[in-house]
Amino acid sequence: MPLSVQETEIKNPPVSRPPLDPHLKALENEAIHIFREVAAEFENPVMLYSIGKDSSVLLHLARKAFFPGRLPFPLLHIDTTWKFKEMIEFRDQIAEKYDLDLVVHTNRRGRDENITPFTHGSAFYTDVMKTEALRQALDAGGYDAAFGGARRDEEASRAKERIYSFRTPDHKWDPRNQRPELWNVYNGMVRKGESVRAFPLSNWTEVDIWRYIQAEDIPLVPLYYAAERPYVERDGMMILAADPRLELQPGEEVKHGSIRFRTLGCFPLTGAIRSTASTLDEVISELEIATVSERQGRAIDRDQSGSMEKKKREGYF
Amino acid sequence: MSATATSTVSSATILPFVEAAARGQRDTRPLRLITCGSVDDGKSTLIGRLLWDTKAVKEDQAATLARDSGKQNDLGLPDFALLLDGLQAEREQGITIDVAYRYFATDRRSFIVADTPGHEQYTRNMATGASTADLAVLLADARAGILEQTRRHATIAALMGIKQFVLAVNKVDLVNYDKAIFEKISHEFREFALALGVRQITAIPMSALKGENVVTAATSAMPWYDGPTLIETLELATARSGQTGGFRLPVQRVSRPGESFRGYQGTVAGGSIKPGDSVVVLPAGTVANVKQIVTFDLVRNAAVSGDAITLVLDRNVDVSRGDLIVSIEGQPMTGKAFDAQIVALQPGGIEPGKRYWLKTGSRRQRVSVEPWSQLELKTGAWAAHAGALAMNAIGKVRLSFEEQAVFDTYEQNRTTGAFILIDPDTLNTVAGGMITARRGELGGLYRGDADGQRVVLSLPADLAEQLMASDLFASRRDETEIRRMTAHEATELFANAGSDI
Repeated sequence: MPLSVQETEIKNPPVSRPPLDPHLKALENEAIHIFREVAAEFENPVMLYSIGKDSSVLLHLARKAFFPGRLPFPLLHIDTTWKFKEMIEFRDQIAEKYDLDLVVHTNRRGRDENITPFTHGSAFYTDVMKTEALRQALDAGGYDAAFGGARRDEEASRAKERIYSFRTPDHKWDPRNQRPELWNVYNGMVRKGESVRAFPLSNWTEVDIWRYIQAEDIPLVPLYYAAERPYVERDGMMILAADPRLELQPGEEVKHGSIRFRTLGCFPLTGAIRSTASTLDEVISELEIATVSERQGRAIDRDQSGSMEKKKREGYF
Repeated sequence: MSATATSTVSSATILPFVEAAARGQRDTRPLRLITCGSVDDGKSTLIGRLLWDTKAVKEDQAATLARDSGKQNDLGLPDFALLLDGLQAEREQGITIDVAYRYFATDRRSFIVADTPGHEQYTRNMATGASTADLAVLLADARAGILEQTRRHATIAALMGIKQFVLAVNKVDLVNYDKAIFEKISHEFREFALALGVRQITAIPMSALKGENVVTAATSAMPWYDGPTLIETLELATARSGQTGGFRLPVQRVSRPGESFRGYQGTVAGGSIKPGDSVVVLPAGTVANVKQIVTFDLVRNAAVSGDAITLVLDRNVDVSRGDLIVSIEGQPMTGKAFDAQIVALQPGGIEPGKRYWLKTGSRRQRVSVEPWSQLELKTGAWAAHAGALAMNAIGKVRLSFEEQAVFDTYEQNRTTGAFILIDPDTLNTVAGGMITARRGELGGLYRGDADGQRVVLSLPADLAEQLMASDLFASRRDETEIRRMTAHEATELFANAGSDI
């Protein structure tokens, strides 16, 4: 709906924040530039929204990029049906609060065949419920560009990925034949069926994300903050024991402790960490002295070395 | 000059770094740097060392490393190279085949490193990494000195507009921390870099493997060296220098959320702007005044280079994506013919006369490219070359547009002077380029807005051949320009040229 004249007469917001430090400002400017460039060059972009902290930052930057207008593209959430309950609640609140076009997709085949992380193993489950589901949704929407919140510091194969990452019509990524990317001049020319994944957060680190969330007061799923929660220890991970579909195996018991999550995905595959950091300040100070990377809690990255590259070649985001 | 360079070489920091710090104007923007060196200079080890000593590598990553490599170096540290060569193909081949981006930070500043391949056939990747870098770290093995590859990388880095060099003389432990060897290598490099027009040069003796003078000073091993460590040098370097000239806003998109609002969205590529300033919309040449600078957070009273903004003008003018909004003073060059230097990035090279897509800022237009000179990376000399440019070649070319194009020189502005070429058949990015000058409307005749005196001659073909065969002519071939035409065409050209020649 077009905004009225009064609404578009821009006024200073009631709460003014201190200016961003130059480092975060530079990262923000770069991300906004990428958002605008993709929105202008592609016919039918979409933004992948995973509800996590990186997605929350991505959404915030998108709103900034297109202000005072609405986002000129929908958000796409791949719902594996195994997400944390708090994530889905948060997603729906945010969509309403910011007046977003939200597309939610679940792989019907996987659901009908009852493919779960418990019965089929993390690799196969991820392939069907995430990778295949994503391909289905992108094909169905006919999107020629998809924004993602991936960062180059996350994982070795991502370190070499372009900001505009080219995909073949069957969503394959060829790491050996990436288009060169010079300055901030992006090549957005694709043929019908081909697409790009665009990564505005490429140059951000985990600490940058948290400091930006703090500086910009960005709302997050509460699971990022420590609280007394029930959990089960399995395969060296602490799994949240709040979903009735989690069946205890022999010898397992539900314990309680102050835990939080550094990343959020499917609850059976996402390990918690012991923490008492219940506020943003505490999370950041905990992070600054952390000695393990955030993806350590992700089961899917540990299957084998180079497993992310393999998944990405097959179309995983 | 050479005498002073030799005498100060052991503390080789060039003054501007120090001055900036002394004035308390420490640049806290992230510093983008590129690392380059020959295959065995220890580049991956150096970056691994930087990440390790600034604690950017976490325990689980180190554990994965230890598991993958099954080996450690003799200091009990993981094999740093494996940390960087993230792609499986690279692990298998043991080489770095693509640009990788790395992140680390100190208490003072954060850094983005473009780690680029050392192999000659990947020169194009080095150019890619260099395009966004503020500073280049060039590695040299203390045992081998400055190699052809080092010169090649320094040449490309300078060409891509990098004004700050650090020479990392690595593996000094293997030459017994010999000061004389370090000074000899630094001196040789300094002479070479100065000739390339780079004046901020810091030479540092180090052992990346042992971590000496990378993050931690090595005063006991090298008491003779009183200069900065690598990390100190990087902390004091300047981000993004060299945007001179007036205000530049390449328009990315027009925001029209409602009938009454019309804003032009883009990232300021030079200069600054405030409400009330008069601007020109190029290429049309329409004039308007700035009414508002809108961002999500607040209506701003000024915007500077680097800011992503939405600009509202005081009147309805025709502005669309690809246009350039500029200040009235210090406008960029507008025309249909420009001179540029390009790096060929793809196996197909660059074909003379072919129509490519050119993208600069947010504008894309058709262009044909005529190479006329090529850089010989071995010697650093430009040689006449009229044919195709092969992959990894660096050439001087003429660009001819069908419609008006707008540029600054790359020297003046690293955004509005830079472009990529896209092959219309493959849609791949086939070259990166930098504008050096605008050409006169007559195409073949140099107007001389870039350099001084020029004479246009019309000669009989046989006399011209004799002249061109002379050594004197050959040595300055890249300064000349030749068009073959009939006597009648020449007469007409002269008659129509007017004051241009």
